[in-house]
Amino acid sequence: MPLIILTVTAIGIFSKTNIFEAFIEGASDGLKTTRDILPALICLMTCIGMFKASGALEMFTYIIKPITDFFGFPSECTPLIFLRPMSGSGALSLFDGILAENGADSLAGKIAAVMMGSTETTFYTIAVYFGAVKIKNTRYAIPAALAGDITGWIASSVAVRLLLP
Amino acid sequence: MNFLIFFMLFSSFIYAIFSGNMAELSNAALTECTSAVTLCITLCGTICFWSGIMNVAQKSGIANKLSKIVSPLLRLLFPKINPNGNAMSFIVMNFISNLLGLGNASTPLGIKAMNELKKEEGNPQKATFSMIMLTVMNTASIQLFPSTIVAVRAKYGSASPADILPCVWIVSVFVFAVCVLCTFIFESVTKRRDKAELQ
Repeated sequence: MPLIILTVTAIGIFSKTNIFEAFIEGASDGLKTTRDILPALICLMTCIGMFKASGALEMFTYIIKPITDFFGFPSECTPLIFLRPMSGSGALSLFDGILAENGADSLAGKIAAVMMGSTETTFYTIAVYFGAVKIKNTRYAIPAALAGDITGWIASSVAVRLLLP
Repeated sequence: MNFLIFFMLFSSFIYAIFSGNMAELSNAALTECTSAVTLCITLCGTICFWSGIMNVAQKSGIANKLSKIVSPLLRLLFPKINPNGNAMSFIVMNFISNLLGLGNASTPLGIKAMNELKKEEGNPQKATFSMIMLTVMNTASIQLFPSTIVAVRAKYGSASPADILPCVWIVSVFVFAVCVLCTFIFESVTKRRDKAELQ
């Protein structure tokens, strides 16, 4: 990580970029991102928190458990499968909860992290991109994107077990 | 989305009635909104720092070099699109901002690319192959440094929050490949089916 930071700043200095100004510009963009996700995060984190506190989430995971066990997928991460394609903030608050309960370096925590890093909010992206060009018939966009998501869930669990035991 | 929110609230209310968890439920409604703010504040520093670093990378010409490396690859994925046209250059920029994790930049670029594709392909009413390819690429975006995830791991005391990166890269590339492959396969399947229907 420090190596990436050093390399980027070194290239910046040698190419005569105003690195401080560029950093400030990027960081204030980051601030905007954080500000933009906060309202959605408050809404979804409260919903998910209530869903969890009532015990409904536990029941839900229990029902799906046989299927996820078959793929060797930790049941703690099951809710993430359903929320990740729909809502970025929702997935983030679930991810936060998984790490709080299982620890950052637990197997479930690592698998959740890799899942978060390698998949996107599929339905949201498709809605935004095709909404922008006003096209309703998306043909096979959703099946192709979901094939990627399913691959991501299975591959995260396999990759973490093989590479980060 | 609206349905999902209602579903979660409704089922937690009903479930709480039967399980007697009503006190926990109302407690969660009060505490969880505060923890959303705490989470945001914890993430803020890392997100800002990395988007600053990645902006330096972009400004110093690393993005241009990257785009020279990725454009031949992207041209293969968009065989019907003019390799020197507007649409292609937006597609390349969209891909690079995803790679650098500049979320604020990548979506507007992707939307511009969609509009250019629509123009270049003669105002189609249905999604075209190139449009689907671009969208699907964005649902499987490859990011060099997923700062949010690393920040949450650091928050919960991970011994080395960034050690998941190689795993994330491998899985991302794999997911990307599956998405691209499926797009090619589904395109040829639907084309064949349409032809069969015409005959």
